[in-house]
Amino acid sequence: MPALGADMGAGTLVEWLIKPGDLVKRGDIVAVVETQKGAIEIETFNEGMVSELVVPVGTKVPVGSLIARIGEPSEATPAKAAPAKAVPLAPPVSPPSLPAAAPMTPAGPALHAVKITPAARRRAAELSIDPARLSGTGVEGAVTVADVEAAVAHRAAAQAPPASTPARRIGFDPAEMRKAIAAAMGRSKREIPHYYLSHTIDFGAVLTWLAAFNDAQPVPNRLLPAVLLLKASALALREVPQLNGTYVDGGFQPGAGIHVGWAISLRGGGLVAPAVRDADTHSLTELMAVMRDLVQRARAGGLRSSELGSATITITSLGDRGAETVLGIIYPPQVALIGFGGVAVRPWVVDGRVEPRPLVTVSLAGDHRASDGHIGGLLLNAIERLLQVPEKL
Amino acid sequence: MSASVNPTPGPITYREACRQGLRDALLNDPKTFLMGEDIGRYGGCYAVTKGLLDEFGEERVRDTPLSESAYVGAGIGAALTGMRPIVEIMTVNFSLLALDQIVNNAATIPHMSGGQFAVPLVIRIATGGGRRVAAQHSHSLEGWYAHIPGLRILAPAVLEDARFMLAAALADPNPVLIFEHVMLYNVEGELDPAVIGVDIDRAKVRREGSDVSVIAYGNGLFKALAAAETLAADEISSEVVDLRVLRPLDTATILASVAKTRRCVIVDEGWKSGSLAAEIGMRIVEQAFFDLDAPLRRVCGREVPMPYAAHLEDAALPQAADIVAAARGLVHPA
Repeated sequence: MPALGADMGAGTLVEWLIKPGDLVKRGDIVAVVETQKGAIEIETFNEGMVSELVVPVGTKVPVGSLIARIGEPSEATPAKAAPAKAVPLAPPVSPPSLPAAAPMTPAGPALHAVKITPAARRRAAELSIDPARLSGTGVEGAVTVADVEAAVAHRAAAQAPPASTPARRIGFDPAEMRKAIAAAMGRSKREIPHYYLSHTIDFGAVLTWLAAFNDAQPVPNRLLPAVLLLKASALALREVPQLNGTYVDGGFQPGAGIHVGWAISLRGGGLVAPAVRDADTHSLTELMAVMRDLVQRARAGGLRSSELGSATITITSLGDRGAETVLGIIYPPQVALIGFGGVAVRPWVVDGRVEPRPLVTVSLAGDHRASDGHIGGLLLNAIERLLQVPEKL
Repeated sequence: MSASVNPTPGPITYREACRQGLRDALLNDPKTFLMGEDIGRYGGCYAVTKGLLDEFGEERVRDTPLSESAYVGAGIGAALTGMRPIVEIMTVNFSLLALDQIVNNAATIPHMSGGQFAVPLVIRIATGGGRRVAAQHSHSLEGWYAHIPGLRILAPAVLEDARFMLAAALADPNPVLIFEHVMLYNVEGELDPAVIGVDIDRAKVRREGSDVSVIAYGNGLFKALAAAETLAADEISSEVVDLRVLRPLDTATILASVAKTRRCVIVDEGWKSGSLAAEIGMRIVEQAFFDLDAPLRRVCGREVPMPYAAHLEDAALPQAADIVAAARGLVHPA
């Protein structure tokens, strides 16, 4: 059972998406786990053949428990006799050394592609279902039209009102999520000595550039201002890496990449901050697609294990309907949180004259155990500088 | 057309249906005549032409020397000069001796003459295995002929087609080959009295179903229908398509069936490699790929010269049980 955040102690396995004999590769979604954050899709970090599902559906097990065994891909027969090795399905917050990767099969056709019949693929598209997540009953285990339609029926049943079973595939329990937020934020305020900085930035360059850029784009490719805030912050963190990482065992550990947890508020209350991994390396258009996908899946209950618990910093952006300033609470074990208030037109001095300008206030909550205010100031100044040349983001 | 449609009501054999078609043709058009080995005095090696020599005389029912190339060539010449010859070849294996005449002359002359010469020739050929006559008399090579532009290839399976395809073939100005499966000659049944003619363009759904399409022709049709009965007991609903016309293929009927069932088994007594079944499968993949919910399956002849021993011949031919297994494997994979 992977840790999907520092505050997670246990998870309930609500659905297996694999069965013994299936071949899996790194990144495949293998199970759905119910946590206080809702239903999360668990990915495997290993390649091989599933030899055993250890934890039955409906069981709540502590983080770190063995839930399935995955053997070598070449151990095609018989699964029981194969010396399968237990593997954690996702890295905990501080990544342990992963077991040696299973030997890769020689170059050739993809061994592990999920088989989906052409008709099933078409039907799944019509029904807006991801067929790769279904288990197939067709020839050679292929996902068929019947499998797709059964999944839709199952989904409909799962959404039907009084599901009395504890297993929930979709959605989350607002009361449980509130408990999780309470635990994490309580711990943060108890343990982390926060310092706060804030800085007001002229947002005119961004809005002007964005208007011109979006004018030339078809609607689906248009960018939201939040994407530029994300990219500028990620690039600024390259310059100020002291704020990108975690505080564990009495010391700061730099993040292995800039994985930005993007705070998403959920309808019905609560919030979740899945990671945009390596946010500094993506183009604005790519980031827009990633964010759109994350928001959709966060609200539909389809986040993946690799997106939770792996963030190295969190950004919260209040957007148009938010307040002018947000002073956030750090999500442990991270060491900083960047907050953007809503854009507001205010008097601003430009070249000695007072002008109405669109302004945005960026704030930083820093962990004083890991950094000092001077470092935080460098980060906010870098963000300001980067936002003045949006065409370079 | 004469009023000689099934003069003796009651059950008739496929052989008799073929004979009635021939007799009609001889009665209806004085330019029609029959040619072939042993078709006159002997009555035909499968007895299809029995009695016709006595009724129509040696001018109209002509025994030929044992030279397929010579008498098929003579048939082409007669057709070119306005006659309506119907040539019989004892078995498709022997037709290979006339391959040059059929492929290089009959199929090409209308095209090479810019349409100035028509070749309204009909060749009837016995085909298929199951009669314990070994590897030189039992193969199913109609798929080869279905490769040749300029020919129309027919495979009557049901009595009505055996009875009436000939008239439609004679009306076609181009060469038409009719393949009669040797295991069908003794099949007996009632001719549908409502049918007085058939088309030679379309395949036909012989049994409607929803789970799997079984495409067959000739004797394979009856194996497919038997398989459908067995499958029905398993609550697998199969749709059986009778190809009837092997060239030009009625792709639309095939695709419509596959679009409905999304699964398909193709039955072909010919060898699998380079078979007509391969052509049909490829058309499905090209034109109905997104309708497929399972891989295509073929039930074809084993790739051996036809064995003589009964149990081996049975094993070499597609059987109803093979069709059942293939269809079941698509609908309910283990």
